[in-house]
Amino acid sequence: MIVELGHFALILALMVAIVQSTVPLWGAHRDDPRLMALAKPAALIQVVLVGASFAVLTWAFVASDFSLSLVAGNSHTDKPLIYKITGVWGNHEGSLLLWVLVLAAYGAAVALWGGNLPARLRARVLAVQGMVGVSFLLFMLLTSNPFWRLVSPPLDGQDLNPLLQDIGLALHPPFLYLGYVGLSVAFSFAVAALIEGKVDAAWGRWVRPWTLAAWVFLTIGIALGSWWAYYELGWGGFWFWDPVENASFMPWLLSIALLHSAIVVEKRESLKAWTILLAIMAFGFCLIGAFIVRSGVITSVHAFALDPERGVFILLILGVLTGGALILFALRAGALEARGIFGTVSRESALVANNVLLAVATFVIFVGTLWPLVAEMLLDRTLSVGEPFFNAAFTPFVVALALILPPGAMLAWKRGSITRSMKLLVPALILAVALAGLAVTMQTEATILGPVGLALGAWVVFGALTDLWVRGGRAGLGERLGRLARLPRSDWGKATAHVGVGVTIFAVSAMTAWKTEDIRVVQIGETFPLGAYEVRLDDVRELEGVNYQTTMGFLTVTRDGAVVAELNPEKRYYPVASMPTTEAAIDYAFLRDVYIVLGDRQQSGGWAVRSYIEPFANWLWAGCILMALGGFLSLSDRRYRVAAGAARREPVGVPAE
Amino acid sequence: MRRWRNRRWADGLACVLALALLATPVVAVQPDEVLADPVLEERARDISREIRCPVCQSEAIEYSGAPISRDLRLIIRERLVAGDSDREVLDFIAARYGEFVLFNPRPEGSNLILWLSGPVLLLVAIGVAVAGQRRRRQALTEARLSEADEARLREILER
Repeated sequence: MIVELGHFALILALMVAIVQSTVPLWGAHRDDPRLMALAKPAALIQVVLVGASFAVLTWAFVASDFSLSLVAGNSHTDKPLIYKITGVWGNHEGSLLLWVLVLAAYGAAVALWGGNLPARLRARVLAVQGMVGVSFLLFMLLTSNPFWRLVSPPLDGQDLNPLLQDIGLALHPPFLYLGYVGLSVAFSFAVAALIEGKVDAAWGRWVRPWTLAAWVFLTIGIALGSWWAYYELGWGGFWFWDPVENASFMPWLLSIALLHSAIVVEKRESLKAWTILLAIMAFGFCLIGAFIVRSGVITSVHAFALDPERGVFILLILGVLTGGALILFALRAGALEARGIFGTVSRESALVANNVLLAVATFVIFVGTLWPLVAEMLLDRTLSVGEPFFNAAFTPFVVALALILPPGAMLAWKRGSITRSMKLLVPALILAVALAGLAVTMQTEATILGPVGLALGAWVVFGALTDLWVRGGRAGLGERLGRLARLPRSDWGKATAHVGVGVTIFAVSAMTAWKTEDIRVVQIGETFPLGAYEVRLDDVRELEGVNYQTTMGFLTVTRDGAVVAELNPEKRYYPVASMPTTEAAIDYAFLRDVYIVLGDRQQSGGWAVRSYIEPFANWLWAGCILMALGGFLSLSDRRYRVAAGAARREPVGVPAE
Repeated sequence: MRRWRNRRWADGLACVLALALLATPVVAVQPDEVLADPVLEERARDISREIRCPVCQSEAIEYSGAPISRDLRLIIRERLVAGDSDREVLDFIAARYGEFVLFNPRPEGSNLILWLSGPVLLLVAIGVAVAGQRRRRQALTEARLSEADEARLREILER
């Protein structure tokens, strides 16, 4: 009965979403405040209904209600409670319900905190948000209903894929969806502005926090996924250029471009049409990502719903939403005239360069991801595009972005001087080159990647710090620090995020260039060297886990006789799914991770052991955290709140330009 | 209707399970595969990262636990020990398993579209950006006051 209530709530949510997507739009057209006012309660009711539906599905998983087809297929009574709960979104239908819940939550957030928006714009934004909701609720109810019952329920479920029984599943998808779906708000703002026919500085200011929030969540989500792969897959890789990873990477890159171009709209009222287009494309790429993950058209390690019928439906959503928005854009973009003009050397130009590089990089990944499909359908060639291509095709864009970032970020608006920027950056440049030289002399590998990555990373980091330092103005140290402390949060956010970019660039190249690997057969009691460390295999034991059997290795890592870490890598076997998994054991440290994986028992006796030293692995996560932190700092800038007050005093319903 | 749904659900599940099994992170490179010569081994690794496991989902043989991946890794090492160049090893494998197994599509024939799309679009994008800049400047000069207005303005200011 409870399950039927959840199902019913979902159908009601669809009805509410239909109302939300039509009535306020009509009201905005007729300028009828009562019709427009309907948007807010509709958005709030929708989140309550979808929330109720999600709660019911969670309850079904926790209570192991195997009369539900979804629960029977993805859960088991012996599964630990946390994985019963996270199992709700560890499958196609449930993850879609989470997606719809987040979508409804963003709609409600706009309704609640959008009080400073002009009534008409808010009505239109919420209506467009409602349309996105309608399409996904329809998709769920028609092709992927999580509430289907089984005629004869099994005694027990088939268990969740053991690879997903991990804390990674608890965190990675929710953050990722908060990111993807957050971009729907930017999309709704863009479409609403096109209907309105007006984009001004205020629009840039309203849309930026939502994009920023979405980008922060997306950053955290991707980083969590990367970390999950790093410790779960058993060889220390963190990025594979798999189609599904690319699907999350493309919206991330485009949202960075959008964040930067929205600044130009806000400060200089320029690049309006381009920014609108970016907002549409960023969400469009989220939909393309959903298509890649859920259609099974492109093979990937991560895909979970191999159903062409669903793929066609997502393609339909993509066509209607993105296609409709692009048609609207073609009709209205001409009306979005630019006000601010700028010199060829200016902050605006630097941001245009940033946008060009990011957009083209996204396009390259897009072409690479879809090329196997295109080649098979049109050219009758079955081929693959993988890591080597993407490394070769994407890296130049990162290098170019990193090179122009520090001087570009310091250029003045409207008309800047490149000589002034570069003069200030001389110390940063010297430091970067010196560090690279140091790396060349210290490294044992004959690789150029490590030193170049270090130089680029250091250039970006010190460049960002110089930018911040210069803003303190010319004064004594105390006075200067005081001024720095009083700088707007957004300045600190910018510097923090840029430092994060530099740290990430460095960490990725360091991990790729300076990894140490050791694969060997080890007898129990034997010691082997690993870089500067000695590793001893003390014992291997068979143990029982909650819902698995495990073979656990006991290893001691020492350095110059002193114990550094005791590590317990595992080989697990999950009897219900009859699946083995490998659990690496990692000793995390500031400069390196010691990463050990237990392999098979050898016929000659002894065990296969793979050990790695992953240099600067923690710097990668730190870089991502810094980027996200920078986003949060900018988000907390009081300008967005002050602007909120200022906007309220504006007369509502000013005629379009 | 319900029965049909169940069957489809079971098919889907079988698919996912098969997938999961193939993607299982079984330790890939085994100790007995590793070559004594570190230079050759390094080359073997680089090649392994470029070869796609034919039966897995988008995984390089370097990281795959499937038996065929092990066979391919051994073939690579055999060829390298026999004195083949990297390119010859890749050709050897591509000739037997098709171009599907090459993760690094060769910049030949229609693949040139793939390789050149980035540089070409970059040039186009730069062109568009420069044209946009020109247009905005032009709009500025047009928006300037006419000569008569300028004269009148000067008059007012000088008064």
